[in-house]
Amino acid sequence: MSMLEVRDLIVSYGGIEALKGISFDVEEGNIVTLIGANGAGKSTTLRSITGIVPIQSGSITFMGEDITRMDTQKIVSKGIALVPEGRRVFSNLTVLENLRIGAYLRKDKADIQKDIDYIYSLFPRLKERNWQLAGTLSGGEQQMLAVGRAMMTRPKLIMMDEPSLGLAPLVVKDIFSIIKTLKETGITVLLIEQNANAALHAADIGYVMETGNITLTGTGAELLASEDVQAAYLGKSSK
Amino acid sequence: MMKNTRSGSYAQPQEKTVKLSTVLSALVILLVYAAVFVAEQTLPSTSILFTVLKKGATYALVAVSMNLLNGFTGLFSLGQAGFMLIGAYAYGILTIPVEQRMNVYQYYDGGIVQFALPVVPALIIAGLCAAAFAFLIGLPVLRLKSDYLAIATLGFAEIVRTIFQWDKLGFLTNGSNLLREYPTFNDFNIKGADGEVTLYLSTLVPFIIAGVCIALIVLLLRSSYGRAFMAIRDDEIAAEAMGINLAKHKQIAFCVSSFFAGIGGAMLAMYQNTVQAKAFTSAMTYEILLIVVIGGIGSVTGSCISSFLFVACSEWWLRFLDQKQMIGNFEVPLLRNGFRLVVFSIIIMIVVLFFRQGIMGTKELPDLFKPRRGGKKPKRSVKEKAEQAKENAKEALQAEEQITLTAAEAAETGAAVAAEAAGEEAASLKDKAEEAKEALKEALAQEAAAAAEAETVEGGEA
Repeated sequence: MSMLEVRDLIVSYGGIEALKGISFDVEEGNIVTLIGANGAGKSTTLRSITGIVPIQSGSITFMGEDITRMDTQKIVSKGIALVPEGRRVFSNLTVLENLRIGAYLRKDKADIQKDIDYIYSLFPRLKERNWQLAGTLSGGEQQMLAVGRAMMTRPKLIMMDEPSLGLAPLVVKDIFSIIKTLKETGITVLLIEQNANAALHAADIGYVMETGNITLTGTGAELLASEDVQAAYLGKSSK
Repeated sequence: MMKNTRSGSYAQPQEKTVKLSTVLSALVILLVYAAVFVAEQTLPSTSILFTVLKKGATYALVAVSMNLLNGFTGLFSLGQAGFMLIGAYAYGILTIPVEQRMNVYQYYDGGIVQFALPVVPALIIAGLCAAAFAFLIGLPVLRLKSDYLAIATLGFAEIVRTIFQWDKLGFLTNGSNLLREYPTFNDFNIKGADGEVTLYLSTLVPFIIAGVCIALIVLLLRSSYGRAFMAIRDDEIAAEAMGINLAKHKQIAFCVSSFFAGIGGAMLAMYQNTVQAKAFTSAMTYEILLIVVIGGIGSVTGSCISSFLFVACSEWWLRFLDQKQMIGNFEVPLLRNGFRLVVFSIIIMIVVLFFRQGIMGTKELPDLFKPRRGGKKPKRSVKEKAEQAKENAKEALQAEEQITLTAAEAAETGAAVAAEAAGEEAASLKDKAEEAKEALKEALAQEAAAAAEAETVEGGEA
């Protein structure tokens, strides 16, 4: 049984179907990526899993439990964390306060400080900027903070929406090494990316989305080698 | 007023300075209270100063309650006058002495309420009434955002004002007539046997009520609830993704804010000696909004300071503009009844145009006692810049390494695609590396400059 099972998920915004019945699995301990062009429905998929967007039909199962139409805060407490698109750190709160917000639903207050220290050991940059307002961090640092904040919920699954968006190529490289670190610490990652090249290099399994459908599936390496993927997302014509 | 989560400086504050600043803040607050007490015993009780202090304390509480909603939770609500009205009426209705009720409710056979509560329970019930109304209003209204929420709450305040003057409710609200004869601030003065006041407390009491309430609000803001409020203000979607229940927290903020606005209303009733629904206009809400804006949206201390400044200006310092003034035989032009408001509006415009952060920005009282960056600012900022540049340069050097790496990667896969892509990437990285090298040079130069400056500063200090 997979950690996360999505079956025949249909989501529509005012009559227009953004997701036309997609199904996919996320195995525990893997990095799984959804790639696709703008408007393919990648973000909608993540948002419907976290319950921010209402689902029309279909089912979502997490660790054997049906979480379709559950409240967002319940879903978060089950162990799914979302790193939203555009980072969305709380810009007028300090780095430390941002991390504490991540632990908002947790009852084990004693372990929170330990986790904060752990995150600071993963991202020493954040520790240096402990008292700085999050809005004054650079893009890469904000992304680190968004990941750290998500980790504070003690998630089993982290879902990341376009973590490389608007970041310099070098910082993107950092972000992907962070994703690999997450995997090493035992956290499963569901990653959404437009940067198909980088995402597929990092991923164990990849799904290709086109206008609300999943059109291709395979391991990261398979998809990288696929001519269709190369033509559509890696900027190489198939001629 | 003891809030110290946000420090202006980027360096992690030392434990010791945090404690010191808190102690100093507590001292300042104590001094203010002591000064109020002493002034009241020494100055004549008719002094305008006490009017300003009483009304200022009242407005400070209401402004902080509005700041909790508008500044910390990001809900733009304009219903404050409505909630104050509910609080003022609840207080008045519950505390008018039974023997006075026939007299007050003369057109309504003494009214329906035939008991009187002591002041403190009445104040709490006044707050609870306002909070209960807020809960009911909040259910539909808090789904709205920004301007729409403001319009809806403003509408609510107007409706409340009209309903409370409704003749059919006269048995409770005394219709459009005044409520009076309830305990006011002056009743807190302790009188001797001969009716002479032996201890003046009429100004200290509003300070104590407002102080306790504001302290409670500050405690709430510093709890995890407060952090959740600020998270909602900064980014609703991210807050929801962290598991914060938006509807619940907005409702809590709205009800708590209204609770304290209700108590503020009751205090206003005590200050004015009489209450009439007609006076709780939207203009009153705007006054409070102005206090919040001038004090700094998101600063409790700012709201307190600016409410006293605001009340002092409107009741005292600008009063002379309303009267004819003669300099020798020359009559100063323009000065006549109403001119004060013109000048006042201009001052407000200047503040809003040129001091958008308000008096305090988002700083609080303890922040003022923390070592400021001010004195050492230039030195440090150059150094910081230099460090930043150095870091950039390091990144760039890494980038250069990466070029070779990417190329190697491409060779490994052997795919022409990857090679080409890598080539492009390499080109861009090379550019970056060049840039960074220059940055490094600049950084070194800046560092040298910083060092030189530091020396001169130290030299100067020595």
